[in-house]
Amino acid sequence: MAAAFQRISYQKLIIVYGLWCTSWVILQAYATTYTFGFDWRLTLTDAAITNILIAASGYVMVSMMRFYRPNQAVRLGLSVGLALLCIFAMNQLVPATLTEQQEYQDFVSRSLFIRALYCWLMITLVSTISWLWFSVTEQQEAEKRNVATEKLAREAELSRLRQQLQPHFLFNSLNSISALAGTRPEEARKMIQQLSDFLRGTLKKDDQQLVTLSEELQHLQLYLEIEKVRFGHRLNTVIDRDENALSMKLPSLLLQPVVENAIKFGLYDTTGETMIRIKANSEEGNLIISVENPFDPASAQPKQGTGFGLNSIQRRLYLLYARQDLLSTQQRENIFTTSIKIPQTV
Amino acid sequence: MIRTVLIDDEPLARSIVAEYLQSYAEIEIVQQCNDGFEGVKAIAQHKPDLIFLDIQMPKINGFEMLELIDQPPSVIFTTAFDEYAIKAFEAHAIDYLLKPFSKDRFDKALQKWFAQRHQDTKKTIAIREEIRQPEERNRIVVKEAGNIRIIPVNEIQYMEAYDDYVKIYTAKEMFLKKKTMSFYEQILDPSLFVRVHRSYIMQLSQLTRIEPLEKDTHVALLKSGVRIPLSKTGYTKLKSVLGL
Repeated sequence: MAAAFQRISYQKLIIVYGLWCTSWVILQAYATTYTFGFDWRLTLTDAAITNILIAASGYVMVSMMRFYRPNQAVRLGLSVGLALLCIFAMNQLVPATLTEQQEYQDFVSRSLFIRALYCWLMITLVSTISWLWFSVTEQQEAEKRNVATEKLAREAELSRLRQQLQPHFLFNSLNSISALAGTRPEEARKMIQQLSDFLRGTLKKDDQQLVTLSEELQHLQLYLEIEKVRFGHRLNTVIDRDENALSMKLPSLLLQPVVENAIKFGLYDTTGETMIRIKANSEEGNLIISVENPFDPASAQPKQGTGFGLNSIQRRLYLLYARQDLLSTQQRENIFTTSIKIPQTV
Repeated sequence: MIRTVLIDDEPLARSIVAEYLQSYAEIEIVQQCNDGFEGVKAIAQHKPDLIFLDIQMPKINGFEMLELIDQPPSVIFTTAFDEYAIKAFEAHAIDYLLKPFSKDRFDKALQKWFAQRHQDTKKTIAIREEIRQPEERNRIVVKEAGNIRIIPVNEIQYMEAYDDYVKIYTAKEMFLKKKTMSFYEQILDPSLFVRVHRSYIMQLSQLTRIEPLEKDTHVALLKSGVRIPLSKTGYTKLKSVLGL
């Protein structure tokens, strides 16, 4: 696609170049006829020979620059060399074509210096323009590639962050099912159903898709049911949500990892029962969700930054909203609170 | 009768082990524990022959729990860790069971234990460093007068070698732990703790100044006023960590 595009542009460039040379042939022929009063057939032949030579030299430069762009000194050397070659060829070709025209041949000989200068200027002009043109094209290509690479990397990172399903969770859930299968097969079947629904929910969603809070809470509920089977009476949860927040949007699968983190932190840092409190409400048009878990201030070390498993959530919010201030944590006595703010303006 | 204790924070995970054990009339489950604290007490009380131990548990993990027991019984780990991680301590435990495990796999583990139990293999459970859990770098679990204490490493001022033990000093207290200095030198974050002497490891943030003692010898003065001798290599190490 990109190669085809470049080929078409290159053909266009050749046509423009041809037209440009033709107009110089006419201009030169007209100028010499008008200024020195030679017959137009003489001046036109001369102008054609001169400009074809220049065009050939220019073409050499352009062709070279398609593949290799030398530095300024080399370009200068090349253009001077080509200009000298043009003059040499012209000095041979003009007398050979316009025999019997002694007066015109003398005119050519006398104007050799100015002709050389003209050739050099034209070749330099062509080579400079083509140098710029190729450089810019190449830069644009590189930029396009960069943008595409960045986009891919960002998408990959988002999908990785989103799909950080803990294998630990999966295997422990399967182990619970295995335990239930022996004694309480009905409950085992129910848990298989819940686990399947939960997994299906994590699979089908698109990375950047926004879902409503009520959808996300449904998905969360499945997760909480499974965790409650695993941990029994130790795990208690309360979901406290504002009715008008239910239709607010948030990135899919954002809430569950936050809650998972809170559960892990709460259950592994304390013994006995653990209360996880999830609150959702709207504040100044933003969706605010906070998750509370107990912890032991004496042994836990959540002092540095957000810590725990929250880094990937922080990163995900940054990739989606380009803001670092959407996730915050707070410790009060033995309660650790994680708050996320989801802007609603798209 | 063979006495066993099940230690896992998930009731269902214990129940499946209990269920599988029903076919072994000679094995008696003397207690089921929810966490490592209960586990330490149950093991001290019942002196079981065999325990089934989960690794990820509240407060202290399975490895830390074993550290607190002077003569640990045989251990079969039950865990949801992946196989790769578990391979690391395969050699040291009787066996490990990856959750969820089948009755067949469970039977194999027990047969292995039956085959080994009468051999005189007082296996000490040495766990390779690479599978230590990240939380173990941030805390040290000690037993003090029958209580289990969890000391966050940032509260440790310095450590001193003491025969087979290490004395761990915090601002107010001193704890004894049966470990080696080189163990802590490895496990503690080298940007926070420096082994400044054959017998001393100190926390960098506790340092107020380095004083010359005699020709070529130095001591480190801590904020608490304690002076710690620096060996020649310890002094060089300390200077390089401080960027001097």
